[in-house]
Amino acid sequence: MKRGIFYILIGVIFGITMFKSEAASWFRIYEMFQFKAFHMYGIIGSALALGVIFVQFIKRGKIKSFSGEEIIIPPKQKSVPRYLIGGVLFGLGWALAGACPGPMFTLTGAGYWPILVVIGGAVAGTYIYGLLRSKLPH
Amino acid sequence: MEWIYEPWPWYVSGPMIAVIMLLLLMAGKNFGMSANLRTFCTIAGAGKTNDFFRFDWKSQRWNLLLVAGAVMGGFLANTVLSRDTKVNINEDVVVELQNMGFESAGDAYLPTEIFSNDVFGQPITLGLLLLGGFLVGFGARYAGGCTSGHAISGMSDLQLPSLIAVIGFFAGGLIMINLLFPLIF
Repeated sequence: MKRGIFYILIGVIFGITMFKSEAASWFRIYEMFQFKAFHMYGIIGSALALGVIFVQFIKRGKIKSFSGEEIIIPPKQKSVPRYLIGGVLFGLGWALAGACPGPMFTLTGAGYWPILVVIGGAVAGTYIYGLLRSKLPH
Repeated sequence: MEWIYEPWPWYVSGPMIAVIMLLLLMAGKNFGMSANLRTFCTIAGAGKTNDFFRFDWKSQRWNLLLVAGAVMGGFLANTVLSRDTKVNINEDVVVELQNMGFESAGDAYLPTEIFSNDVFGQPITLGLLLLGGFLVGFGARYAGGCTSGHAISGMSDLQLPSLIAVIGFFAGGLIMINLLFPLIF
């Protein structure tokens, strides 16, 4: 129960951050892909710079999790086509809908109901991927 | 505390995202929002017809709680923590978007032309939203992650596959905005 509250709380902070940073704004995504503002690059860049430091700190310091277990970041399967093709398809959708999965949930809370259509599409896309998975190059 | 009502600058938001990832790692979890879309399919019974969806979704309970929190966070940010939610994008972009028919550019959080409730009566717009979502869902699972899983988690761990995926994300975004938008809008 206590753990559940921890995740909800992190989710709340994440949702607030996505909305207040305007990373959940379709306009910001459009502007980013036009290279007309530093804003989105600043968000992703600073998250990444600090993220690299955190991960190195965990790995080199052999930091244990809160419950005392080893922290494992599973290595992604080696491949090029799956990341490149999947990535391009994702990017096409990200720019069209102006939202990636995190912000989709944030925008639902903010009351922009048409985002539910986007989420419906994303669930359908996930399902169709599951059906076609064995036929796609990975 | 006045700043909290204003849009947050990148140097606050970016580090917040990194801290969220760190807290999840410290809890033994890996930050990745699109995994929830697969969980939704599993809960809806997709595991009966396809083994990609056959897994114990309760192991993803923490991630579903994160989604619930993100929804609440969106509500709080929009109501309690904001007075004005219009997004001050670059002036050139405002003019460009207005010429394309997005009159709300510079004056709203999301373009009212595709995100107001009026679109529920506009099949073409609904189709575009559905298509956008479809590509995000399909692409994220094919690539094994989305912005949080690859651009933040994977790249923070300096994983090459995540870099390839992120290059793909940007290639796709650039194609959509610069080549396809002029045809669509």
